[in-house]
Amino acid sequence: LPAQRSGVAGALVMDKPTAYADVTGYNNFYEFGTDKADPARLAHTLRPRPWTVMVDGACAKPRRFGLEELLSLAPMEDRLYRLRCVEGWSMVIPWVGYSLAELIRRVEPTGNARYVEFISLADKAQMPGVRSSVLDWPYREGLRLDEALHPLTLLAFGLYGEVLPHQNGAPLRLVVPWKYGFKSAKSIVHIRLLDKQPVASWERANPQEYGFYSNVNPQVDHPRWSQATERRIGEDGLFTKKRPTLMFNGYEPQVGQLYAGMDLRRQF
Amino acid sequence: MNRLLLHPLARPACWLLLASPALGLLALALGDGLGPNPAEALIRQLGDWTLRALCLTLAITPLRQALGWTALARFRRAAGVATFAYGSLHWLAYAWLDQGLDLHALWTDVAKRPFILVGTAAWLTMVPLAATSVDAAVRRLGGAAWRRLHRLCYLLAPLALLHFWWMRAGKNNLAEVGVYTLLLAGLLLWRVRPRGRRAPPPQAEM
Repeated sequence: LPAQRSGVAGALVMDKPTAYADVTGYNNFYEFGTDKADPARLAHTLRPRPWTVMVDGACAKPRRFGLEELLSLAPMEDRLYRLRCVEGWSMVIPWVGYSLAELIRRVEPTGNARYVEFISLADKAQMPGVRSSVLDWPYREGLRLDEALHPLTLLAFGLYGEVLPHQNGAPLRLVVPWKYGFKSAKSIVHIRLLDKQPVASWERANPQEYGFYSNVNPQVDHPRWSQATERRIGEDGLFTKKRPTLMFNGYEPQVGQLYAGMDLRRQF
Repeated sequence: MNRLLLHPLARPACWLLLASPALGLLALALGDGLGPNPAEALIRQLGDWTLRALCLTLAITPLRQALGWTALARFRRAAGVATFAYGSLHWLAYAWLDQGLDLHALWTDVAKRPFILVGTAAWLTMVPLAATSVDAAVRRLGGAAWRRLHRLCYLLAPLALLHFWWMRAGKNNLAEVGVYTLLLAGLLLWRVRPRGRRAPPPQAEM
């Protein structure tokens, strides 16, 4: 998947990329099972082509986009992002894609559009995990419109220079690097512009533990564990101390202003 | 079966069997085979083996009585001690690999995470059981007091399950917790089941 260097501020971190085998072998993708080895083992049944994405809701030009069209909608960029999972581990992943804003602008959001909802594929025939009731399928995620339009919010089609492996959310997924990993919905089939805040899947499953914003924040702990530190996959040996987690996963200079005046302890 | 269980090699074989998961994990740790997040994998697997060893320990008496494998009794202590050993390794791995043996971090983490507090409590209930597992302690206590003390299992099992349930609850991933709950509940309830009235002693013929 050919791409150019991204010019977006903060799009290329200085950290060492996590090994390809770990990026593609250690995944949370519950549509294929709850064990982190399940997606790599079971996602071969996913059919990423043909694929379409419906973009509708509060916009002037709602319509369905085919994958081929999406692939050439805007120039592909290489971006190296930190990814921080809510469970307390992190990776550094070289993604390929372009800012989600490119797609959203095509449908011309109206003045009523304040939020964006992302809906993932939920097909029992392709995704064995959808038969289990761990979550209310299909998987749903949401962003405020200004978050969705932020240049760092990436619509990713590939990683490590190649097309997205199935287990990483093929054929297209969201990557929001300053939020916990589960906010970055995979295998998206539907994007809705809304006037009201949508309810995300994890928020619905456990509202005390997972908030709508879910910004990476070392000062706001998960009810069952501290978020102050994290384990970097592949770099840290058995006896390495965990590393401190950074505010907004280290993207505070780029995204801090989105949350000016908000009580992040309450709106977690 | 009883003859097999009484074989002189049965006891070393039993210890080897009980130690094999730990040896396997050690080999994986040394050979870089624990996957992308080795600390987490080790901590979780040690926790899994603690629960499995607890199930095994509690299964021995029902099996002995139901199948008549009386010689199984010889292995109950080994299974119990193994449960304590896996529980101790589980806690040590958490304290060392997850918390870096930092006492302040440990203290705040245990206070912050009730499921760890409950897990720690479960481990603590095993301490008196392990301490009274040597012959001298059994003799000093006397059989009745020893049995009373070892009813702590009825506390240990629910604490261990609560710890496991709480750990999985946030992710709604409760299938395995359910299996262990059914198994342990069955093994404990079996012990308090209402016993059938003994057959009356034969009457002397008039």
